[in-house]
Amino acid sequence: MTAAPAFRMPDPLLQVRGLTHRYGPHIGCRDVSFDLYPGEVLGIVGESGSGKTTLLKCVSGQMEPTEGSVEYETRDAGLIDLFRMSEARRRLLMRTDWGIVYQNPRDGLRMRVSAGANVGERLMAIGDRHYGHIRSEAVDWLERVEMDIGRIDDMPHTFSGGMQQRLQIARNLVTKPRLVFMDEPTSGLDVSVQARLLDLVRGLVRTLGIACVIVTHDLGVVRLLSHRLMVMKGGNVVESGLTDQVLDDPQHPYTQLLVSSILPV
Amino acid sequence: MYVAVKGGEKAIANSQKLLAEERRGNPKVPELSLDQIREQMSLAVDRVMTEGSLYDPELAALAIKQARGDLQEAIFLLRAYRTTLPRFGDGEPIDTAEMNVRRRISATYKDLPGGQVLGPSFDYTHRLLDFALAAGDNRPAAEIAEAPVEGGMPRVTEILNYEGLIETEQPDHPNAPVVDLTRNSPRYPAERAARLQNLARGDEGFLLALGYSTQRGYGNNHPFAGEIRMGEVAVEFAPEELGFPIEIGEITVTECQMINQFKGSATQPPQFTQGYGLTFGHCERKAMSMALVDRALRAREFDEHIDAPAQDEEFVMAHSDNVEASGFVQHLKLPHYVDFQAELVTVRALRKAFEQRAEDSDTVSDAAE
Amino acid sequence: MADVIDHPSRTAAAETRAATGYNFAYLDEQTKRMIRRAILKGVAVPGYQVPFGSREMPLPYGWGTGGIQVTAAVIGPDDTLKVIDQGADDTTNAVNIRSFFAKTAGVATTEKTVEASVIQTRHRIPETPLSEDQILVYQVPIPEPLRWLEPRETETRKMHALEEYGAMHVSLYEDIAKYGRITKSYNYPVKVNGRYVMSPSPIPKFDNPKMDRMPALQLFGAGREKRIYAVPPYTRVKSLDFEDHPFTIETWDQCCALCGAGDSYLDEVVTDDKGGKMYVCSDSDYCEQRREAGHVGDGGDPAYAARNQIPAGDAPAGDEPAGDEPAGDKQ
Repeated sequence: MTAAPAFRMPDPLLQVRGLTHRYGPHIGCRDVSFDLYPGEVLGIVGESGSGKTTLLKCVSGQMEPTEGSVEYETRDAGLIDLFRMSEARRRLLMRTDWGIVYQNPRDGLRMRVSAGANVGERLMAIGDRHYGHIRSEAVDWLERVEMDIGRIDDMPHTFSGGMQQRLQIARNLVTKPRLVFMDEPTSGLDVSVQARLLDLVRGLVRTLGIACVIVTHDLGVVRLLSHRLMVMKGGNVVESGLTDQVLDDPQHPYTQLLVSSILPV
Repeated sequence: MYVAVKGGEKAIANSQKLLAEERRGNPKVPELSLDQIREQMSLAVDRVMTEGSLYDPELAALAIKQARGDLQEAIFLLRAYRTTLPRFGDGEPIDTAEMNVRRRISATYKDLPGGQVLGPSFDYTHRLLDFALAAGDNRPAAEIAEAPVEGGMPRVTEILNYEGLIETEQPDHPNAPVVDLTRNSPRYPAERAARLQNLARGDEGFLLALGYSTQRGYGNNHPFAGEIRMGEVAVEFAPEELGFPIEIGEITVTECQMINQFKGSATQPPQFTQGYGLTFGHCERKAMSMALVDRALRAREFDEHIDAPAQDEEFVMAHSDNVEASGFVQHLKLPHYVDFQAELVTVRALRKAFEQRAEDSDTVSDAAE
Repeated sequence: MADVIDHPSRTAAAETRAATGYNFAYLDEQTKRMIRRAILKGVAVPGYQVPFGSREMPLPYGWGTGGIQVTAAVIGPDDTLKVIDQGADDTTNAVNIRSFFAKTAGVATTEKTVEASVIQTRHRIPETPLSEDQILVYQVPIPEPLRWLEPRETETRKMHALEEYGAMHVSLYEDIAKYGRITKSYNYPVKVNGRYVMSPSPIPKFDNPKMDRMPALQLFGAGREKRIYAVPPYTRVKSLDFEDHPFTIETWDQCCALCGAGDSYLDEVVTDDKGGKMYVCSDSDYCEQRREAGHVGDGGDPAYAARNQIPAGDAPAGDEPAGDEPAGDKQ
């Protein structure tokens, strides 16, 4: 114990403790705790109604949980509970250090302004006042998500579903967030489009070292992207662990059922 | 040489003289008296009093006369007068259970204590033009009933409440001062008292359309006309020097209580809920529309999904007032030369840039050839 | 119906009351105090929209009820009032409001900018620079600069409180992306004292630079929307822009046909239905003063100017024509 540690685990970016959310008498999710480390991708799987979206909304500050705490390692002031910080600070955090990719691009995009403006908005929100710079950042990010930069001035509704998701990702990553939440980012897309999008996300997350919480009902998505996995059922986490471990050797009967009911990726 | 247009003052004076002449119409036709308007155009007077927020049939009649029968203009006149009146204080809440009922109907019970009292109503008239009326000189008289209408009729909501089937309506803060929208700017989210006040002053046509929209699936709220009653109620006021309320007069009001299903929530059992409408005079259509919209606006309170215009408090409250709406729509008549000039300059500059680009690309393609 | 207008509040300010039966400047003293409190709050927090209990006025909403209430609250018997609409004193709405105060307050009125102590305006700022002892009252139709981006009051209040103005620049970005320039030509949003984004009311952007560090107190009244806001004297007012697309103002190739001014905002006067037009100062007093000082325009006829040896753009020495370069608020 006296030897200098060869490797020090970084502090967790997000610490969730005893998180419970009720909708009236109904349980959304119950007593969930986990840590998320920088650069780590956590998958949350379960069928619809399992509580995974409720959990995501609570940990991403969109909904205050009934009980429990969500603490985030801020760049300047260390760990702070999301729901104890001022709304101003929480909103600033959400548009700088965080990203949220919604299942429906309409929830995450500003549909009435161009693709370029969608990507540039966050920069303008944090005070960038140089059109040329904003424009070149937008071009750069459209390229990084493999979109046609010739369409930078087109409206989001003119893009396909897969392209809208790419645009949403670019819009979030332009401020170089450390943590991104994704809610069923590939559902509703064709299989081939899904595969390309997942590939892109995997590449971006790796090169940028972004921590990620991904909610999905699709085990194929987590198999490809996530390092760790939480399986939810009826509002409870029934099993968690390393992704390969959980998927290859499921312990809980529900997880076994889930794994057996899908084709291997 | 060009001389700038002058003479706005003279033009305005002349316009007003013409207006007065038009109002009077043909001088050979006898002039309308306020008594005639008050007695024979009484529903117009009632609407002007309701949306003008001032119970004064005489002044409402004057406003209608002055406005040449344009009721929105009359409402505006009455409002502009009302705003200058000093405030002595708030009256006591009127008690509509103690109303001298002239009309009272319920769509939820066939018979109920106090009975159904049809009263004066267009409801069962055949809408046939009455040419005898055109001939004038008609003095109809209704027969006097054998027994007077019973006093102190219980309201339908009280009957339901006996079984605990309907929410009891209690103000959140019974002793808090009553919000006055004419003295304070609205704050959102608004409390129900503020919303009701806004609706009471709101345009009948606007509320009718919104109420109607809730029946057609835009924020469906399954209403029943629990009770509509019209009649006279006493107005009481407690002067500070006296310390107790005294009756200062009587006003005619129309009240509507809509009853709506409610499936219950985490904290409340399934029960009926209410939408409420109240107007001065006999403004039944308005009272019913108001009750529908009031209930729709309570969506947040009952955790109902909000997706229809009638449920959207900011939308409804910000656009219900016809004096505000009429003024702002009509202000488009005011000169906008300066802003239009600014737009002209911009459009010309944009066109110039556009033509320049077209020219440039022509030159390029020419060169390519 | 004498008793209709002769109501009990006539006790106050009896000697200054004009012969109408209404209190001095129409509003009762209590209401004026309420409005003055809102104005003071507005002055204390420049650019912040103060909610106030706007009264129903005998003029229609949208026709200057906010400006009238502000003017009524600040005007005294010794004041001299000027009212302009589109820059001119003789437009019908200006005439109407001026006669309202002449009737209800009995104050002196003027058409000369330099003589006025209170100037109520719709859509313009006078060309003649204002001084410390003057108050400029703007009539405001929509006080919320974020309204077109976000219709909800609950949300826009939050955006102001948290200084979340990114969306405002998004609309400017879109202009440049689409048209190569910012196309907003009037009601051009400004940032006041480095904090609140504010609507300057629908003045042309030509007038925006005049707001910056103006010696006069600027008050804004929105009656229908029930908001008052203010820019205290010598306060920074910056028109929103990008570093590489700075704010610019309108320019004309012509000068005023009547006074030859090359530095004023020009109204286009259509002279026939074949595209014939001429340009005259929108600020009627400014034009008048210049003509009295001997300046002459070309009367809409360049040949006339040539014949009479009037130099085009006969501006007095020292006047800078409104140029293409960034305007004053970029300093």
